[in-house]
This record gives sequence, C-alpha cells and structure tokens, in this order.
Amino acid sequence: QSASEPASLPAEDISTNSNGPKQDSLFDDDPEDLFAEATEEVSLDSPERDVLLSDGPSPAITPITPPTSVLTPRIGLHDDMFTHSSFDEVKIEEEEGGDSFDIHISVSDPEKVGDGMNAYMAYKVTTKTSISLFKSHEFSVKRRFSDFLGLHSKLASKYLHIGYIVPPCAGKKHWMTKVKVGKEDQSSNEFVEKRRSALERYLMRTVKLPVLLKDPDVLQFLESSELPRAVSTQALSSAGLLRMVNKAAEAVNKMTIKMNESDAWFEEKQQHFENLDVQLRKLHASMESLVLHRKELSVNTAQFAKSAAMLGNSEDHTALSRALSQLAEVEEKIDQLHQDQANADFYLFSELLGDYVRLITAVKGVFDHRMKTWQKWQDTQMLLQKKREAEAKLQFNNKPDKLQQAKDEIKELEGKVEQGEREFEQISKTIRKEVSRFEKERVKDFKTIIIKYLESLVQTQQQLIKYWDAFLPEAKAIS
Amino acid sequence: RLTNGWLPRAVNVDLQTDATLQVDISDALSERDKVKFTVHTKSTLPNFKQNEFSVVRQHEEFIWLHDSFVENEEYAGYIKLQKLGEGEGSMTKEEFTKMKQELEAEYLAIFKKTVAMHEVFLCRVAAHPVLRKDLNFHVFLEYNQDLSVRGKNKKEKLEDFFKNVVKSATDVDDFFEHEKTFLLEYHNRVKDASAKSDRMIRSHKNAADDINRIASSLYTLGTQDSTDLCKFFLKVSELFEKTRKIEARVAADEDLKLADLLKYYLRESQAAKDLLYRRSRALVDYENANKALDKARAKNRDVLQAETSQQLCCHKFEKISESAKQELVDFKTRRVAAFRKNLVELAELELKHAKVPFQRHSSDTTILNIE
Repeated sequence: QSASEPASLPAEDISTNSNGPKQDSLFDDDPEDLFAEATEEVSLDSPERDVLLSDGPSPAITPITPPTSVLTPRIGLHDDMFTHSSFDEVKIEEEEGGDSFDIHISVSDPEKVGDGMNAYMAYKVTTKTSISLFKSHEFSVKRRFSDFLGLHSKLASKYLHIGYIVPPCAGKKHWMTKVKVGKEDQSSNEFVEKRRSALERYLMRTVKLPVLLKDPDVLQFLESSELPRAVSTQALSSAGLLRMVNKAAEAVNKMTIKMNESDAWFEEKQQHFENLDVQLRKLHASMESLVLHRKELSVNTAQFAKSAAMLGNSEDHTALSRALSQLAEVEEKIDQLHQDQANADFYLFSELLGDYVRLITAVKGVFDHRMKTWQKWQDTQMLLQKKREAEAKLQFNNKPDKLQQAKDEIKELEGKVEQGEREFEQISKTIRKEVSRFEKERVKDFKTIIIKYLESLVQTQQQLIKYWDAFLPEAKAIS
Repeated sequence: RLTNGWLPRAVNVDLQTDATLQVDISDALSERDKVKFTVHTKSTLPNFKQNEFSVVRQHEEFIWLHDSFVENEEYAGYIKLQKLGEGEGSMTKEEFTKMKQELEAEYLAIFKKTVAMHEVFLCRVAAHPVLRKDLNFHVFLEYNQDLSVRGKNKKEKLEDFFKNVVKSATDVDDFFEHEKTFLLEYHNRVKDASAKSDRMIRSHKNAADDINRIASSLYTLGTQDSTDLCKFFLKVSELFEKTRKIEARVAADEDLKLADLLKYYLRESQAAKDLLYRRSRALVDYENANKALDKARAKNRDVLQAETSQQLCCHKFEKISESAKQELVDFKTRRVAAFRKNLVELAELELKHAKVPFQRHSSDTTILNIE
C-alpha cells in the first residue's frame, strides 16, 4: 500500500508501514468501553470509498526554507484569546453515561528542522486531558505539517463516507495561495503564526467528535513519539476531487425517488447549509477586506506619525513643536492599536468564518455521500431485479447449470441489497446526529468567539480614550 | 440646510474680529446644483449704509472677489489668499447630487467643509488691515443684487525664483534669511504630513465601508438562521452598525480638523514662499537699477531717468519688505492659533467618539448569551 517516498525526505526513521488504522488491542480490551455507540466496520478495500480532502495536493513534502533561527510566533495582544477561545474546554457529553471529560490541545514552538531543500517546520503538540483513553494526563510530541494532513486524510477516508463531519485541514494549496496573494513569505512570523493557529483549531475540532477522539490514528498522532511518515496513497489531487464531485452530482441527477417524510429533513437541511455557505462566504470576504484595511490603516498611521514628528521638528514655535511631537507619539501608539485590532479581526472573527466555510464543505460532502450510498443500494436492487428476471428465463428455458449459478448470484445480491439498505439507514442516522452536534457546536463557537471579538473592540476604544485624554492637555498648552 | 445653530463662532480664531467689521456665514442652503451662502455683516464703519445686513452669495462670486485681490498690484506685498474650491472644498454638480442621495452624514461633513472654507476666506479679508477696506469687498458684502460675475479660469504660474536669484545680492536681513530657510523646510514637511494624513483617513473610511458590509451580512444571517444564532446575529449586526457610524465620524472629523488644517497650511506656506519670491525679485530689480544708475552716471547720460527708476525700485523693495515682514509674523501667529484650535478640537472629538458606549458590557453580554 505504501507509495514510493519522495526523494527529498530528510533522513529520519521512516517506517513503511501501511497507514491504515491500527488495530489497537489495548482499546479493544478496555472493559469499560466508554463510548457505547457502535463503530461501523469500515471495509478498507471497498473501491467506492472516496476520500474527501478539504483541498490541496498530496501530503508529500514540499521543500520550504524558513530562517534557521527558532521562530517565535508573533504574539498579539490577545494571543490566548485567539485560538483557545471557544476551545477552553471540550466536554464530551456521554450519551449514556452523563460523565464529562475534558481535553485541551495546543500547537506551539514552530521550529525549522533540517537544512535547504529538505527543511521543514516541526510543531510541538501538547495534550492536557483527564480522559482515561490516554496513557497520561499531559504529554507532548513533535509533528510536522504533513503529519497533520496525513491524519486528516486517514480520518476522512474512514469516516466521511459513513456520515461523519470530519473537520477539514487546510491543505498545502491553501497556504500556497496565502503566500502568493498575501505578500507574505513562508518564513514570516505572521505566516507561521497563522498556520500554527489553524493547526491547533484543526486538532481541537477533531477531538470534539467522540468517534474521532477514540480513533487509534488520532490517539497515535497525539501520543506517539514517532509517527510513520504520511504517504500519499489516499491523497486526492484536484483532478480526483473534481471527479468525485462530478460523480456525486450525477448521483443526485439520477435520483428520481419521491421524497418521503424523512427525506424532507435532509432536503431542508441541505438547503439550509447551501444558504449558510453563501452567507458565510460573503461575510468572510468582507471580514478579510476589513483585516486588510485595518492593517493598511495601521501602516498609514505609523507613517503619518513619523511625518508629524518631522513637522514638529521644523516648527519654530516651541509649544506647537512640542504638541506636534506629542501628536506623533499618540499616533504611533494608535497604529499599534490598529495592528492589534487587525489581529483580533483576523484570528477571532475571520478565521472562525474561514473554518466554517471549510466545515460546511465537509457537511455538504457528507450529504453527497448519503446520496451515493442510496444510489449504490438502488443500483444493487436493480441488478438483483435483472438477475431474477434472467433466472426466470433460464428456468423457463431449462438450463440447470446456469440456473444454479444464477441462484447463487441472486443469493449474493440479496445479501448486498440488505447491506446497502443497512448502510443507507446507518448513514442517514449518523448524519442526523452529526448535524445536530454540528449545529450545537456552531452556535457555541459563534457566540463565544464573537463575544470575545466584541470585547476586543471595547478594549480598543478604551485605549483610544486613554491616549487622547493624555494628548488633550498638550494641545491646550499651546500658547 | 445648515443654519446658525451649529456653525462655530469665529471659525478661524487666528483672525481677530473686532467690532468695526465682523463677517460670518450665518446660513447655507444647498440647492440642486449650487450652494447659496448667506453672508452676514456687522459693522460700525461709515462705509456701509446699515450696521447689520446680509446678502446671499454663490461660489462664483467668492471667486470673483478673490481674483480681484490677486490682480490688484497694490496687494502684491501680502500673502495671497488661498483660492477657494480647489478640490475638496467644492464638488461638481453630479457629485453633489450623488452625495445627497447617498449618505447624508458624509454629505453633511463635506458640506461643512465647504461652508467653513468660504467663511475662513471672508474672515481673513475682514481681519486684514488693508484688504478689509477694499471696495470690491464692500460691494461683495453689501450689494444685494447678483454681482453677475462670470466664472474665471486663471492659472497662476510661479517660477522657482530662488534658484535664479543671484546669491551675491547680499541679503543681510537675518529675518528674511531665517524665514526663507524655515519656510522651505516647513513647506515640504507640511506637504508630506498632508499627504500622509489623507492616506490614513482614506484607510479609515475603507475600514468603515467594510464594517458596513459586515453589518449587512450579519443581518441577513440573522434573518436566515434557524438556530439560536438568529437573535444573536441581529444584535451583533446592530453593534457593527454602531461601530461603523463611529468609525465613519472619526474619519470625517479627522478630515475636517487635521487633513484640512494641513492642506490649508500647505497652501499658506506656499503663499508665504511666493511672497518671499516677489521680494527677492524686487531686490534684484533694485540692484539692477543701482547698477544702471552707476552706469548712467559714469556715461553722464539719462541720469535723471536712471535715478527715477532706481528710486522707484528702492521704494517698491522697501514697501514689499516692510509688509512682507509683518505678513510673515502674522503667518506664524495665525498658524500657531489655528493648530492649537484644531488639535484641541480633534482630541475632543476623538474622545467623544471613543466614549460612545456601543457595548454596555454587562447588559449586552446577557442579551448576547441567549440560550
């Protein structure tokens, strides 16, 4: 199953194990089995199983060249607020137990490893938790960007097609676009911080899904000191993604079934997410524009401050000269304020919206999978029907050898039809639960983060009052 | 319509208005494609028939008055008044209509600027010891019919004379030396500050526009969403709308108090520089006349003519020097006062806006935390 490794990999321990899910016997033997909901048995070899990655190419390593020094991420005023905001605690409400657990994951200390073409960024992933699933209460590992993508790839391949809204991880393409458009380079502190923050949010969202939290790949990712290199067997190129999307669209077109009661829920929800998608994208675009303009404002204010200082220097009236210098100082402080506010705009609000735009893509994908599951079931049913007709013909024409074969095939198909129906019902059930969970999360996320954001606006206002209050007497002192 | 109520008294405090002549714009009416200013005069001067009177004037008539000063040779020794309506102060008919139709607040801000500019111009004239006696000015104030002036389109070209002035002309007057150096640097710095302040304010306006769009999107989300977020989004949309208003007003006030101030003194410092140019030119003429006189005396030909010419140049130079000195001293006084006033007002307005309670924290968060 393992593809050939790219030549540019650094010389580290690369185990070429398959990257399928590990059968974690430790977990199976756990007498408590805290999570009672049955895990669907995933057939790894099923050819129809498609992989939905959020975007971007394979997790193969793209050489990057950040500076050699250890990069300290730029810590904004509200560093803690940004990423840890709604993730202060993850309480996993047990459906049948009522116990609650908490887990907190942080991604920190981005560090360049290696040199030249083989260099990459490594991040420290620290988990603090009281959940007994884990071997200890607090532990750290080192992970690189491709490890995150690899994790997502595995989870997507296992869970998306059975109806779980697997949180997307922004892929390489997303970050490349940022580099091109945003005039940032990969080594800039800001870029590193953005990525670090995004990866942290990704992990936190992932563990919020009970089914993912107990997934062996997730546990391994968080706990194992060594991780097998992510290989791109299940990587989806953009062409592949397009193919999948087209197939889903075809499936929808072929669907001529009359909508019954339960389907109305799905239709309604799909429409809801369509609308939400449109609105969130619009809001996101406006927010990104605000971030840009706020940063511009910061830069222009700084420039004005310098200019005002120069003007103060050339002013030959002493008191006015001093007042102008004070004005320059105030403006300088204000430019920092604008910069901080722009960070709040971005890390709190804009990234929230970006995350949800991507999440909703995953939601839509899950609905599409349901369609395809239904289609598969229908196709199998039709095939069975044909076989039965063929069998009847054979019986009529009295061909005993072929008849037996036909009967065998029919038996097999009947089993498959039953399985198809089961799968369809299961995915429908899962989606209903998942959507309910997702919506609850969404409400909580938006409320928590937006309130924090509004607080940032209030804080900015209060700072402004301080600064101008201090300046006013200076201006009045001009005589 | 803007009436007396909100217009600050003594728009530009650097101009001492005394009882003998007080001028202000008491009313301003914006019609479809033009603005009508009500010019109100209070005076004890015998030149006027009444002690208090008003006339209605349009922009073109202000221009007429301004041009009449510029063309008057007698006024060469004074810092030329700034031309009105170059750029930000006045707008084309289309812009005006569009403004009115769109955001009333923005329109109001621009309108304020226009009126302020015109009033400043009049007060300058009224405060000037010589210009206030100008006949055209009195006509402008008193004559209650249309002045029926055609709009003029003048281009004033001024050469950079400093580069051509022969430095051998010993300009021993320290005052003017200092002024020259000072003005050159000051003018450049004010130019830079003016440009930077414009850019800063533009960014501010852009941000306000974004916030506007965000408020709309949030509102739409609030009407569409099926979860608890409905009410929440609507409330947040309100708060964003409040923020937008604040940001827009801050930008408008910065424009009025800071950007306009800098633009004004950019032009004033240029005008002061021009005055110095004219003085230098007069000096060169005087020196040339001296040389011509020496030559004439040596050849003993046209001596009288040369003497007359020299005396004229001398007189002109001395006159211009005297008035220039006073103008430049006044320039400093006015500048300091104007900056003081505008900086104080800027700080007060910034404080006023920063203190707007767009989120009364405790009460609002309970509203926001609707379960």
